[in-house]
Amino acid sequence: MLGWNKSWKRLFAILVGLLMLTGFAQMPIFKRYYIADLPGLGWTADFYFNHRFHYVLATILILMIFFQIGRVIASGSLRYVTWFGWIKVVLWAGIIITGILRVLKNFPDFYFNPKMVMYIDWLHLAFPFILGLVALWGKFFKKKYLICPYED
Amino acid sequence: MLSRRSFLQGVLASSAGLMLPGTVEAYDRGEVLATLLDLSKCVGCGECVSACKEVNKSKFPVPKKPFPKMYPSRVKVADWSDKQDVDDRLTPYNWLFIQTATGTWQGKEFEINIPRRCLHCLVPPCANLCPWGACLKQKNGIVRINADICLGGSKCKSVCPWHIPERQTGVGLYLKLLPSYAGNGVMYKCDRCYDKIAQGKVPACIEVCPEGVQIIGPRDEIIAKAHELAKKMNGYIYGEYENGGTNTIYVSPVPFEVLNKCIEKGPGKPHLDKVPYSMDKEEYLGQAVLTAPVVGLLAGVLTVLSKFKKDEGEN
Repeated sequence: MLGWNKSWKRLFAILVGLLMLTGFAQMPIFKRYYIADLPGLGWTADFYFNHRFHYVLATILILMIFFQIGRVIASGSLRYVTWFGWIKVVLWAGIIITGILRVLKNFPDFYFNPKMVMYIDWLHLAFPFILGLVALWGKFFKKKYLICPYED
Repeated sequence: MLSRRSFLQGVLASSAGLMLPGTVEAYDRGEVLATLLDLSKCVGCGECVSACKEVNKSKFPVPKKPFPKMYPSRVKVADWSDKQDVDDRLTPYNWLFIQTATGTWQGKEFEINIPRRCLHCLVPPCANLCPWGACLKQKNGIVRINADICLGGSKCKSVCPWHIPERQTGVGLYLKLLPSYAGNGVMYKCDRCYDKIAQGKVPACIEVCPEGVQIIGPRDEIIAKAHELAKKMNGYIYGEYENGGTNTIYVSPVPFEVLNKCIEKGPGKPHLDKVPYSMDKEEYLGQAVLTAPVVGLLAGVLTVLSKFKKDEGEN
């Protein structure tokens, strides 16, 4: 019941991939390294478009993640989350919370201390790196985030 | 011992006329401060430019040479260290310059001098889009670049509607990371003398102006003052709504569309065009991001509950 079908898994993977792409493109390196010169990738050097696209992708991804969280909680399946699952939960929480703080910071009525903004920015860069490594490790050792009777 | 308030009040007295009453209290409350420039008074003497250079000398870059070889070759170095005296445009060593507009309006010839520097936007895209937290906004409305961590990627310049920040290669954190492959120096621009303001003093450009072109004060009062002045001189305002509002308000007897046509524009020489709010779409999309967790969670819970209900019904 809690498992995702292939289409959902594919959509999730595409979203994560595009979020990584638009996330890296927040740094001014895509033009420097000719990536924006590739046909169809000119938009990666448009900082405003990239930023807005990142927001749109993040909205869809957060919807999917919280939809799954809602299903896990409502079905009383939290006890089936493995320790590996909890590591991923913490890392995803880190990405989402720092992302939301960044969104809040960009509203005119919110103000965060510059040092805090700096740490939020750095953490928002660091969490995906760590999550990527953990996900690779999980793939390699066939780790699941939910134990039976559900599959992930 | 002198209390902070007494100190500030003393400074206020010495800066009488340059600071609106209530500025110190507004600063203490963490309110946004803005500057008002009466362009009808500016004679283009350049005292403000010299004072800016003098006061901020210690913040100017001291690059290490030779510069690291940059890869790929399309990455160009930006070196102003041998041209530190340039004062007719913005550079890493010149954060303020005088732009002169000469022309005819309503049958009369005019010459308007415009001190140009960072406008310190209310919602600054340079600070909001900096991926590294190097470009920052202070609570008092100052937008500045932390030279200790800036990597000189120049994104702040690209996203600034006036392309204000200027880069100096061969200085900053990038030299300690991957100097040839990432970063290219540090970006520099007006920091509205944040350190002087923190001591209750006025920025250097305001302090030395012999014509009293500029004043500083709480933004609401500066805006009110700007409207009063514009009404009195039958003039025009720039900076109140540009890019969603800035903390630098110009008042001119000649419309800014006319001035914009009469000034020299180009690298380091910003325009005076109308500027729409650049972060407006982020505000709408940001609402969606903030709503997504609640909507997703509710949808997930309801999906399970409705399935349970359906299963119960079938049993």
